[in-house]
Amino acid sequence: MHNPSNADWTTVCALDAVVPDTGVRALVGDAQVAVFRISQWDQMFAIDAVDPFSNAPVLSGGIVGDVRGQLVVASPIYKQHFSLHTGECLEDEAVAVRTFDARVLDGHVQVRRFSSEGLPLAQPSSCEGKPLAHPG
Amino acid sequence: MVGHRFVGLAAAVPGVAITVFGEEPRRAYDRVHLSEYFAGSSADDLALEEPPSDATVHVGERVVEIDRESNAVHTDKGRRIDYNTLVLATGSYPFVPPIEGNEQPHCHVYRTIEDLNAIKASGTDARVGVVVGGGLLGLEAANALKNMGLATHVVEFAPVLMGTQLDDGGGTMLRGMIESLGVSVHTGKNTLRIVAGESARYRMEFADGDTLETDVVVFSAGIRPRDELARECGLAVGERGGIVIDEYCATSDPHIFAVGECALYDGRIFGLVAPGYEMAKVAAGAVAGNRDTRFRGADMSTKLKLLGVDVASVGDAHGRARGATTYTYIDERDHVYKRIVVNKTGKKLLGAVLVGDTDDYGMLLQTMQNELALPNHPDALILPQREGGGMPAGAVAALPDSAQICSCHDISKGTIVNAVADGATTLGAIRSCTKASTGCGGCGPLVTQLLNVELEQRGIEINTDLCEHFPHTRQELYHLVRVERITAFDELIERHGRGLGCDICKPAVASILAACWNDHVLTTPHAPLQDTNDRFLANIQKNGTYSIVPRVPAGEITPDKLIALGQVAKKYDLYTKITGGQRVDLFGAQVHELPLIWRELIDAGFETGHAYGKAVRTVKSCVGSTWCRYGVLDSVGMAIAVENRYKGLRAPHKVKFAVSGCTRECAEAQSKDVGVIATEIGWNLYVCGNGGMRPRHADLIATGLDDEMLIKLIDRFLMFYIRTADRLQRTSVWMENLEGGLDYLKSVIIDDQLGLVADLEADMEHVVGTYQCEWKATVEDPEKLKRFRTFVNSEQADDSLVFVRERGQRRPALESEMA
Repeated sequence: MHNPSNADWTTVCALDAVVPDTGVRALVGDAQVAVFRISQWDQMFAIDAVDPFSNAPVLSGGIVGDVRGQLVVASPIYKQHFSLHTGECLEDEAVAVRTFDARVLDGHVQVRRFSSEGLPLAQPSSCEGKPLAHPG
Repeated sequence: MVGHRFVGLAAAVPGVAITVFGEEPRRAYDRVHLSEYFAGSSADDLALEEPPSDATVHVGERVVEIDRESNAVHTDKGRRIDYNTLVLATGSYPFVPPIEGNEQPHCHVYRTIEDLNAIKASGTDARVGVVVGGGLLGLEAANALKNMGLATHVVEFAPVLMGTQLDDGGGTMLRGMIESLGVSVHTGKNTLRIVAGESARYRMEFADGDTLETDVVVFSAGIRPRDELARECGLAVGERGGIVIDEYCATSDPHIFAVGECALYDGRIFGLVAPGYEMAKVAAGAVAGNRDTRFRGADMSTKLKLLGVDVASVGDAHGRARGATTYTYIDERDHVYKRIVVNKTGKKLLGAVLVGDTDDYGMLLQTMQNELALPNHPDALILPQREGGGMPAGAVAALPDSAQICSCHDISKGTIVNAVADGATTLGAIRSCTKASTGCGGCGPLVTQLLNVELEQRGIEINTDLCEHFPHTRQELYHLVRVERITAFDELIERHGRGLGCDICKPAVASILAACWNDHVLTTPHAPLQDTNDRFLANIQKNGTYSIVPRVPAGEITPDKLIALGQVAKKYDLYTKITGGQRVDLFGAQVHELPLIWRELIDAGFETGHAYGKAVRTVKSCVGSTWCRYGVLDSVGMAIAVENRYKGLRAPHKVKFAVSGCTRECAEAQSKDVGVIATEIGWNLYVCGNGGMRPRHADLIATGLDDEMLIKLIDRFLMFYIRTADRLQRTSVWMENLEGGLDYLKSVIIDDQLGLVADLEADMEHVVGTYQCEWKATVEDPEKLKRFRTFVNSEQADDSLVFVRERGQRRPALESEMA
């Protein structure tokens, strides 16, 4: 489905720079990426920072949470929810943002640069809101 | 009236010719509203509708004999009419106690328009009037005397008033209220004789030796059935009078029927109009050969206003049934007496007495008549409905469509159900389209229950849960936070919710926590809860940049500060606009610029304006008495004081104020959540107004306030709103959905009926005392400042933003301008 092996990891910041259960905006190559820290599972998630509905780079500032079992961020502009696992918009299945691999290595947050366009990077093996295994 | 009703019904039966005889000189009139004759109604006003044209009506002609042998009647004018069927609707006559001197010229009864004319004539040069008899009609008569301007007394033989309808407690409460209206009540008085008076025409002498001087006496000591015609022709009559009828209203002669107050069914006379009409219907049916409708006795429940006092009696008011138990509620301050009688098992309502507040009448009557199961604690039916309460669950659904829900506007259940079907799905909507619950508001809980039942039945889910994470309303969460002293979202969701939370519950809880404990919104546990505006203490715009609104209390600003604003705007190239709230909005800042800009603003003496928060925003003011030639009070000074007191207060939604210096109202205070208008005698306070999408004129809640009281009332109002409103509910909508409406709000924040006022004031004192400028605290805290970065991994600005210049300022480029 996708081939992450050709991607490089970019260190974007120290883990401490991300307040638990919030996001930050990072430049990864020429992409603006919203990187979220989910304290419940001690996990990082990354998606496009640009909200496809407003075309504004605002998603890092959205509130994260779970909606109907899906881990999501709500866009601050028009309030649509995007899955942090798949990038899909819960309100409009035709719309999705890209997802990026994200991890913590030696106290630093890393994002894998090249995503597979709009496709989930990890298999959504479970919809029960459990953490998904992230490669790397 | 009952005879008239019968004629109307029977005339519709094919092949029936009707002849009517009445001894009074006019055709049938409305006796129920007889007392209105004293309040300006004429005899014509009281007249009932014309009888059907095919009925022959003889007024002023009395039947003197019934000849059952030949099926004919004879009148006092010598007329003889044959009949197939004869209906007696002779009514009743007032009972005059056998008192010596009771036939003097100014001694009257209260039954016919002729009686009323006589009372009027006697009253023209009189000073004092006495009614003998403290029953329902007696009190009506007392009202008439009082309306004539007489010093009015009611003399009752029994120890209580309205003994037929009321129990002792209800009668006592009624007596107190009537006396406070200036009518003297003498109970337990046995009048012996009426003799010539000294200070008035007559002197009444009582068995206990007391006397009472009066110019007019009206006897209203009960009624007796007019059964003399029946008696003379040998029909069966009761021991104490009344023509015996069966369930078809037939007398002992199958060709003769009797209806109304002259009829005796099952040993009882029914002296109310409703059972009389029922008899008329049954008799008309019988005449038409219909044996299906039967009279089986009637409920004597009644609700009326006597001398301005609301009185109601339902079913077995005296609790005579075996094993019956009673619950009584007495409020001596507001003069309310309520008592219910329930059966042995406590599951059925048998009767009720209501004095002073009859709002529950419809509900109680329906509960009794439909034998609805009572709640485990039946007293809930009469206890004041402060929170919850109301009819037992499921009972509302069981009510027939005809059940009266709103007694002020006589709105039936069916009307409300139709309104819901037509799309009224909130209490507010039902109020505006049916008028239900817009009178006294007492039926608000019942309407709400009914609404919920209807919505449920229509499959419209009424889920008052805040969101999927909390099975609670915002109000409940507020309560939990306060009572359990919860200070963080995680603690609350762990104890009372599930999951991680979402963009609905997180900001709502953040707002509750801020209103309760007033921590800085960006401290660690709270920061992730905030909407982006609160998280960056600025207002996000369509292109992801932010705008900044420093506080300008009351819109008063020094030239130096105005210059400082201009300099900051110029330095950061911020689009600048004056807001509707008399402040200045600076647009187009990126996140990393916000602390830089704020440092400069704070140095210039500005504080944050909370334009980003669901919080107290601005207090708009006119220039007031300081400059304006019409100004009455210093509106700017008051607006500054108010704004400084409440600035930053987090609420379910934004809160706007205005203060006008005179009633010209240049600050438009009546379109604000809190509006203050200066008058010659002090401040008038308006609440729950709104501009915007659905404008609402604010409600005047108090007048002529001094500065201190004004602030107290605003404290209480705001805190009560914060405690009880739903998430994102403006004060206007909150008010429209507040059960009991404005009167209820007044009772809480002015009369302190819930005993909350001290709490509300203390809560506000805490918030006011812990105020900090969120931006000052932020720029002084390196930890908080770290979050104000456009990119976490770059110092650079976001150069993908595109602006164009227009009218000398920059603005976001349109999509068409991007290329």
